[in-house]
Amino acid sequence: MTAPPFSPFDRPNSYIGRSVPRPNARRLLAGRGQFTDDVQFARLTHVAFLRSPHAHARIRGLDLNAAKAAPGVIVIATGADLARLCRPWVGTLTHFAGLKSPPQYPLAIDRVVWRGEPVVAAVAATRALAEDALELVVVDWEELPAVADMETALDPATSVIHPEFGDNKAFSLHLESGAVDQAFAAAHQVIEAEWHFGRHTAVSLEPRTMVAQFDPSEQRLTVFQSTQTPYQMQDVYARHLGLSDAQVRVVAKDVGGSFGMKLHVYGDEMATAALSMMLGRPVKFVADRLESFVSDIHARDHRVKARVAVTADGEITAFAVDDLTGIGPFSAYPRTSAVEGNQVIRLIGGPYRHRHYRADLKVVFQNKNIMSQYRAVGHPIACAVTEAMVDLAAASVGLDPVELRRRNMLTDDMYPYTSPTGFVFERLSHHQCLDRLVGHMDYESLRAEQERLRRHGVFRGIGIAAYIEITNPGPAFYGVGGARISAQDGCILKLEPSGQVRCLVSVTEQGQGTETAMAQVAASVLGIPLDAVRVVTGDTEVTPHGGATWASRGAGIGGETVLRAARALRDNILALAGTILQAHADTLDIRDGLIVDADGGRERMALAELARIAFFRPDTLPPDFQPEMTVARHHVPRGQPFAFTNGIQAAHVEVEIETGFIKLLKHWVVDDCGRVINPQLVDEQIRGGVVQGIGAALFEECIYGADGQMQNGTLADYLVPMAGEMPDIVVDHVSTPTVYSELGAKGVGEAGTAASAAAVLNAVNDALRPLGARVTTIPLTPDRVLAALGKLDA
Amino acid sequence: MKPPSFDYVRPRSLSEALGILAARGDGARLLAGGQSLMPALNMRLLSPELVVDIGGLDDLRGIVERDGLVRIGALTRHVDLQRSAIVVRHVPLLAVAIDHVAHPAIRNRGTIGGSIAFADPAAELPACAVALQARMIVAGMAGTRIVPADEFFLGIYETALGPDEILVALEFDAVGPDQRSAFAELARRRGDYALVGLAAHARVDADRLDEVRLVYFSIGPTPVRARTAEALLTGRPLTRDTVTAAQAALAADLDPPADTQASSAARRQMARVLLARVVMELLDPVPIGAGG
Ligand SMILES: Cc1cc2nc3c(=O)[nH]c(=O)nc-3n(C[C@H](O)[C@H](O)[C@H](O)COP(=O)(O)OP(=O)(O)OC[C@H]3O[C@@H](n4cnc5c(N)ncnc54)[C@H](O)[C@@H]3O)c2cc1C
Repeated sequence: MTAPPFSPFDRPNSYIGRSVPRPNARRLLAGRGQFTDDVQFARLTHVAFLRSPHAHARIRGLDLNAAKAAPGVIVIATGADLARLCRPWVGTLTHFAGLKSPPQYPLAIDRVVWRGEPVVAAVAATRALAEDALELVVVDWEELPAVADMETALDPATSVIHPEFGDNKAFSLHLESGAVDQAFAAAHQVIEAEWHFGRHTAVSLEPRTMVAQFDPSEQRLTVFQSTQTPYQMQDVYARHLGLSDAQVRVVAKDVGGSFGMKLHVYGDEMATAALSMMLGRPVKFVADRLESFVSDIHARDHRVKARVAVTADGEITAFAVDDLTGIGPFSAYPRTSAVEGNQVIRLIGGPYRHRHYRADLKVVFQNKNIMSQYRAVGHPIACAVTEAMVDLAAASVGLDPVELRRRNMLTDDMYPYTSPTGFVFERLSHHQCLDRLVGHMDYESLRAEQERLRRHGVFRGIGIAAYIEITNPGPAFYGVGGARISAQDGCILKLEPSGQVRCLVSVTEQGQGTETAMAQVAASVLGIPLDAVRVVTGDTEVTPHGGATWASRGAGIGGETVLRAARALRDNILALAGTILQAHADTLDIRDGLIVDADGGRERMALAELARIAFFRPDTLPPDFQPEMTVARHHVPRGQPFAFTNGIQAAHVEVEIETGFIKLLKHWVVDDCGRVINPQLVDEQIRGGVVQGIGAALFEECIYGADGQMQNGTLADYLVPMAGEMPDIVVDHVSTPTVYSELGAKGVGEAGTAASAAAVLNAVNDALRPLGARVTTIPLTPDRVLAALGKLDA
Repeated sequence: MKPPSFDYVRPRSLSEALGILAARGDGARLLAGGQSLMPALNMRLLSPELVVDIGGLDDLRGIVERDGLVRIGALTRHVDLQRSAIVVRHVPLLAVAIDHVAHPAIRNRGTIGGSIAFADPAAELPACAVALQARMIVAGMAGTRIVPADEFFLGIYETALGPDEILVALEFDAVGPDQRSAFAELARRRGDYALVGLAAHARVDADRLDEVRLVYFSIGPTPVRARTAEALLTGRPLTRDTVTAAQAALAADLDPPADTQASSAARRQMARVLLARVVMELLDPVPIGAGG
């Protein structure tokens, strides 16, 4: 129908671009949050799992008699018991050709392949009684050799975890573009280095939590779950438990953080659902912190060898990389564990204009916890390798790191641009971001100060890291490979008799403020006050089917979906208003919850009055006019397989060379996520992401012994970044909206994480450079820094 | 992470508590602030039959100074030490060290008695007690005995306390005008247990130290005195060379463990750095509350 006089973005009372407070913040701060563990059930039971104490072992026998007789026990179940109720799953997708993974069951059967794998489930009246019962289970273990080190996983001498595959290789990929060998042969300098990235894990504040409730009378399974993808889980439960989608409802209440960790399928969760079907009673599982460390997916774990070719005037002509990554004993389901490595090798070199590129990826099995997607999948590794190599390239030709980047970053006249790895960049803003960054940092003064302080034995460093971030994925990500994961999102918008609007949307909220952003879009397009919109998410019985939250898609895809639904509802409202007021719909507008004359703004009627007529007095309308006060729209990105954002970060650090301690002085980010819906939410996404990347850079590591045992699986030993050590983080924006949607938002959930570790790594090496030292492994522990400085005596 | 079941009692007097311990012996555990005991129970590292909550024994609380002696009740919380003017004036080492113990939520519950009795090798307060030659006042059915700090810590989580005894207080000599303390530790994050820490106490006369006590923590099974280094720093003018010699001597004094946080070699390097820092601090102290 008609176009509004203003676009939703520039009309006077638009909420888009404004830092409105999050409506749910008050509720959560008041302690009124309803997390899965808060939901009350009659006849609730609790499950606890006996987990493998070994990285690799055969189960020769299980004696469950004492456990079955323990107080409060309802059932003790084994892998074989649950395999009768739950079909196994296989973490492969067809678009990762050659990816292998064996069938995985809820609980181990006959053999365990990582320390922490669930083996026996005890369901009891309380969690404590379930744990008591598990202490009485006797397992006859036969320990088998563990494959821990990914470097030797493919050696012929190493035992093979899944003998049916013949080796420990899960996946490999080779990319080649341009004339790589010639570029290296012609280079003025060839720089070579090897980088190591430790495993880490999400450590969400709220652990994985679920209550599965099977009602035998209706043959319906309801799962309350702390998940970011209720629709995907509905499909998984239905297909693996022998139900139809229609028999399964998944509800995500408040979710206390997820970071990509809460969209994978876990054996303990499948077991919980199966147990509820076995018992016809609700079963609750809450992962405690100890089991979270050995069962929540781990992330990263890469060794990357990299070479870069540079001309005498500092032009980077080629990258060649070799990435080895270990994923544990299985590829995760249903998204696989191949995406991480795939993204690493496709993102390396992303901001730069070299045309010659070669990459080799090897993904190997190990007897460690499963590795898979986690916030900024692959990006931090790609960014760190690229940016560390770029700094080495700068040093090799005697150029300042900023200057070398200026000479090599893609320029504004190059878009649309197809990268050597096949990515298409619609429009990026690297140079604008770099210029802004340098301005915010007062780069020249920092360099001068650095020089001055070095003379006093104070070693400060400046690290820069440009990045690109994949966002708004369409079906190219999973759907084309056969995964039943929706690429589109949906929104139902309804005007209620009160004149208020309810927005049921398939994207979900885990604390990042998605619901607020959706409300801002709906209110702005409709022309109503923000508090007249109530957003409902996360219930497969209520909200439309959709992809939900992953890969920075909430604002870009969910936001556009809401925008389209709001446009449609607005048209319907104005059509009704025109009928009631006997005016042309396009002479009317909705402003601040009132129907007004588009020209002049004279108030004509309140929305509540319009709704009253629509619902209670349609008899007063012309007989052929049907008011439609509920609309539904879906949206899937088209025109490109996914979007790209870009930006740049910088870290300023001081390295105490006596102790190897690193002090973070300041951090800067200039990000371009297209249209910014809520600046405060965007800035806090970036800051949170930066902190997560700093965790990887300095603190977080799942440390494994040669026996495949994780050695630091408690919060006393696994260090998460804490506020006290974090620097001030300055955030600024350049805005290049995508033309593939009206909203123009590209997503921002992972940008902070993508580059902050790279910036810190570069800053530390910048500080160490005059001492002739370099660290090549993150996290940058005091030990690693001291070792690089030669300060550890034998 | 749920504790195995246990019985619980909350005695109203010290003698009642001692009676319960005498009757139940090894199967009982005292509960003070619970900040170490509760995690150990939840992780099923301990499974006592009986938890004896001594939180009601008010006589075990409080800080008093009389005739040059400071007595700190075992149930005195970390936060009470932080707020005590007596501690700042008369036992300044504790005042400095306590800021490094954990976080506010833990300091609001954790007690000095719990910390000393638990004897975590990485804890600050045991090292301070040894540096200051505190006396542990220990009650048992047979009466009260006094154990010097030097004889109290026997091994990892192991002390001179018998299973039927209760630590009721610590007693410190108020620092004299010519005595100084210094404290330094290296922790990855504020509030973490240190990778290495050092509590020091000495008599100071211009640029000379006497009766030097250097007590390292997180570097062995108990607080560890660096006796060779102490001797090298004692009774002679302090120069760069003396400090370097003392640092070198640590090789003989310390045999640091390796764990996931730091290697033995890194701890040794850090121990040398801390030595130089505390010597500087002993000679030229920063007033408490200054700096940060
Ligand atoms: C996250 C975290 C971080 C921490 N960081 C630090 C740190 O950096 N440095 C540090 O020093 N500590 C740290 N702690 C430990 C904290 O200081 C504890 O409070 C302290 O170690 C124990 O004191 P409590 O009163 O809580 O003792 P409880 O936990 O109640 O008891 C500990 C043990 O001592 C015994 N016990 C307690 N009181 C007595 C008594 N009067 N007589 C005999 N036995 C007794 C108990 O039976 C038990 O075995 C940390 C704790 C946590 C949870």
